[in-house]
Amino acid sequence: MIELSNVHKAFGNNKVLRGVNLRIESGTSMVIIGGSGTGKSVALKCILGLVTHDSGTITLDDEDVTKAERDSFLARFGMLFQGGALFDSLPVWQNVAFRLMRGSLKRPHSEAREIAIEKLRRVGLKPDVADLFPAELSGGMQKRVGLARAIAAEPEIIFFDEPTTGLDPIMSGVINDLIREIVVEMGATAMTITHDMTSVRAIADNVAMLHDGVIQWTGPVADMDASGDPYLEQFIQGKAEGPIEAVR
Amino acid sequence: MNWLASLLASVGRSVLSPLAALGRLSIYAGQTIGHLLRPPIYLKEIGLSLVNIGYFSLPVVGLTAIFTGGALALQIYSGGARFNAEAVVPQIVAIGMVRELGPVLVGLMIAARVTSSIAAEIATMKVTEQIDALVTLSTHPMKYLTVPRVLAGLIMVPVLVGIGDIIGIMGGYVVGTQSLGFNSATYLKNTVNFIEPFDIISSLVKGAAFGFIATLMGCYYGMNTSRGAAGVGRATKGAVEAAAILILAANFLLTSIFFTI
Repeated sequence: MIELSNVHKAFGNNKVLRGVNLRIESGTSMVIIGGSGTGKSVALKCILGLVTHDSGTITLDDEDVTKAERDSFLARFGMLFQGGALFDSLPVWQNVAFRLMRGSLKRPHSEAREIAIEKLRRVGLKPDVADLFPAELSGGMQKRVGLARAIAAEPEIIFFDEPTTGLDPIMSGVINDLIREIVVEMGATAMTITHDMTSVRAIADNVAMLHDGVIQWTGPVADMDASGDPYLEQFIQGKAEGPIEAVR
Repeated sequence: MNWLASLLASVGRSVLSPLAALGRLSIYAGQTIGHLLRPPIYLKEIGLSLVNIGYFSLPVVGLTAIFTGGALALQIYSGGARFNAEAVVPQIVAIGMVRELGPVLVGLMIAARVTSSIAAEIATMKVTEQIDALVTLSTHPMKYLTVPRVLAGLIMVPVLVGIGDIIGIMGGYVVGTQSLGFNSATYLKNTVNFIEPFDIISSLVKGAAFGFIATLMGCYYGMNTSRGAAGVGRATKGAVEAAAILILAANFLLTSIFFTI
């Protein structure tokens, strides 16, 4: 279980997180929604330790993430980055097997390649993609490779940062389905950041809306449409009028 | 009084800002040295860096050295002629290349070729979240990106300086024997007899120092880039400028230590 309690983070005078409280139960899929620049990615990066929060506590299975042994802590996570964040200098299969080629999870070269090809197959890519470089792939294929890399070491927790941004609706649907299938199949805890409501409905068990540095609303995805929360309703319906100020 | 407060604040900022930058750079250098001495060591990345920094810099270093050696021979010959000292061309070319021009020019060429490349590559990785991805894959970016490059700089730049010294001297030899009428055997004998082991040692030590500076600046500016393409551009420019200036400053410092104390 991941728990954020009264988490604050500011960059200079810009207070991004102003007391975030959120609980993600093990084996569930939590989707965080919110407008651009509301701190969704910052919250995610605070959990991973990529950004250090100013105050509050973040725990994973009741252990403070800032005090956890770094390697074993990170070994429990997989992450799909918004832009893929694939390593340009490495072929696709080495990107996927990156974690399996070094460190505590190191496997023999041939075994790491086999696992990489298997994971590529799992996300719908053919083995001949394995030896291409990321620059030779389309945006959708890069997302799939990123997804294969995120699941390569079979992590307990997977983070998805804007998984469908920049993709066409059909490819977005494919990625959403893949994420849902993989999370269910692996029994993993998932946390997704998105402002694509189609993704929310496809991926989420629970939804949290981040606005103005705090969690404005959280609950099961089934309750989302009847929440009665004016912020959430405005966001879901994509209205310009409402409590959330639209910058024009 | 507001204008006075603004003026003082501005002066304070202009003093504190470079000091803070120097402090950050010193901490980064210290951390790099610390990581150089501790496992894990990524041998494949070190091997690739050795090839990229060493082998692929050979053409640039060779061409720079040969033209510099040749020009130096011509300058010394024409300058020496003013007081009938044309015969010292082999000795001055040798000492000039080994003690000064070889290390400095190789250092500056490495700053142009390698520092810029490292800074642009790492800065691009930073803005495309590849550095964050490394962290989430349980890989320390400093271990994986900085240490191999700095280690390769420490090893390969002295080698390049040694090669540059030899090629530069050969440039002077070709000009001396083909255009200036020097006897081939005498030119070589004068060169070899004049150079002392300490000259060569000082040259190689300078090479190691310049290699460290050039690669460290590339990594530091790359890792600390700001967002977007403009950030990558600024990081690359800053890295090359800082490396070039620090190489010249270090050269002065090392020369002072080696030859005046």
